[in-house]
Amino acid sequence: MLVFAARRIIQAVPILLGVSLVVFGLVHIVPGNPIDLLMPPEASPAVIAQMKAAFGFDKPLYVQYLLWLGRALHGDFGLSVFNATPVWGQLVTALGNTFVLAILAAILGFSLGTSLGLTAAVFHGRWPDKLFSAIATTGVSLPHYWCAIVLVLTFAVLHDWLPAQGMGDDSLPLYARLEYLVLPVVTLSLIPMGVIGRLVRATVLEIFSQEFVGALTAKGLTRWPVIRHVCKNAAPPVLALMGLQFGYLLGGSILVETVFNWPGSGNLLNLAIFRRDIPVLQATILVLASFFVMLNLLVDIAQAAIDPRIRR
Amino acid sequence: MSQATLDLIRRELPLHETPQVAATPGYWKAVGQRLLRDPVTIAVTLMLCGILFISLGAPLVAGADPYAGSVLARLKPIGTPGHWLGTDETGRDLWARLCYGGRLSLLAGILPVSISLMVGGFLGILAGYAGGLIGTLIMRTMDVFYAFPSILLAIAICGLLGNGLSNSVIALSVVFIPPMVRISETVTTQARQLDFVEAARASGTTTLQIIRHHILANVLGPILVYATSLISVSIILSAGLSFLGLGVTPPQPEWGLMLNSLRQAIYVQPYVAALPGVMIFTTSMCFNLMSDGFRSAMDVRLNK
Repeated sequence: MLVFAARRIIQAVPILLGVSLVVFGLVHIVPGNPIDLLMPPEASPAVIAQMKAAFGFDKPLYVQYLLWLGRALHGDFGLSVFNATPVWGQLVTALGNTFVLAILAAILGFSLGTSLGLTAAVFHGRWPDKLFSAIATTGVSLPHYWCAIVLVLTFAVLHDWLPAQGMGDDSLPLYARLEYLVLPVVTLSLIPMGVIGRLVRATVLEIFSQEFVGALTAKGLTRWPVIRHVCKNAAPPVLALMGLQFGYLLGGSILVETVFNWPGSGNLLNLAIFRRDIPVLQATILVLASFFVMLNLLVDIAQAAIDPRIRR
Repeated sequence: MSQATLDLIRRELPLHETPQVAATPGYWKAVGQRLLRDPVTIAVTLMLCGILFISLGAPLVAGADPYAGSVLARLKPIGTPGHWLGTDETGRDLWARLCYGGRLSLLAGILPVSISLMVGGFLGILAGYAGGLIGTLIMRTMDVFYAFPSILLAIAICGLLGNGLSNSVIALSVVFIPPMVRISETVTTQARQLDFVEAARASGTTTLQIIRHHILANVLGPILVYATSLISVSIILSAGLSFLGLGVTPPQPEWGLMLNSLRQAIYVQPYVAALPGVMIFTTSMCFNLMSDGFRSAMDVRLNK
């Protein structure tokens, strides 16, 4: 087990390096220096050169990459070229806000998806199964940014029940701030619910058809203990998908954050794109992608811990 | 029973004399028959044809210019005479814009999938068939792209390349290539080890012929089914990019972009503001259900 974990951790290192290379390269597929794009046309060449030197954009690309990577490993992502504040500070605040949304949405979506998928599999072919299939297919086909708009429309425009935007003031009492969470969390939980539910249903059904289930029943086990055995066998693939989906919630909530004006990492990324704020852009993508890699690593190890067959 | 009695029985029962073996239908014929017995797949396919018709035949069915606005006719509700689905924030007919918008939305959704199907399929078959260094190189490169959440990567690429339909298509193609490579690599590796492929190689068939006749025949089914399931995601994502202001540029009609510009009008005309999203949702739902139908019709295991 330890050997497996160690091997997976070592395998993650080249992937992380590759990620950093892609993130850095991505920013430089566009010709032109980031400073040239930001400076007013009347700026003198001396000032431009000074700015480039200040932000480190005057060196050759590979030097810039190595310097950037070295600093990034120390948690230093430089200054935002838009407002000259440290990128790290902005990123931490934004990531914190996104984490709140992602964790709550994951809890809601995963628990709903698992229970619905399990119910559908247990009642295979009967009405709960058909109802669930309809809900799950809707869940995975929904453009979540539109769903966000429809929820705002229903709960904030047509009825004045919930706030439509932002995350509230610090001065508000806790329950009032929780109200701001409801709509974004519900929106974000829909896709994980559908995706997880479909996989749970398919996996559980497949395991039900295996011989050991018949053996358990023949041994005299009642319905629920059998289902418990089935669940344990269904856990690894479901867990893997949950890890992926949590990663998507962290990195992919940009559209939902835009609709709800939620000051999270997605919003930060969106602003950085429109401001051409390269340091912020690089840092956000790098940190989110690294999270994603770590998450997959954890999931792999957890899977192996549950199912010895995966440890090869 | 003596041999004579058996012969007698055979003669008495004409059925036994000429055993009627039903001709086994070909694989694709069987798939077609299963599809015809599936009302949901037929219904969604018809609906997709309808959506395709109003987009391609927009000049016939729209009945208005999608670009012609009018200050007086801004943000009319659904059911206004002359504008049965209302108008947008600059007074342009919403029905006309939804019809014309389908062209770009469908194009922006389907094109990336086709591109990644070709590029990813090629790389995957190459990696799976060649194996060794080339295979490892291709698959490890794909692993790096797997490390990004797909929406994040699409937004980053599109945001950096700048606005425009072509950039959104490039961004989404890059996002969809890795999973396509992975699937075609897996299937190719499995197909390569099949006995008849070994036999073909042993009898001196060239690599190109093996790939064309044996590998492609086995790989095409799974990756086509996977590609149709991607179309739904692709439509949602490409509309999402436009929604963020990264894809199609105004004043071109496109569902995601329309949804974004009408978002400001949500307090004035809530129902009109939600309409472009209805189109995105319906289309992606239809593609999802159609892909499910094809998958279960083509996957023989499920029908046993």
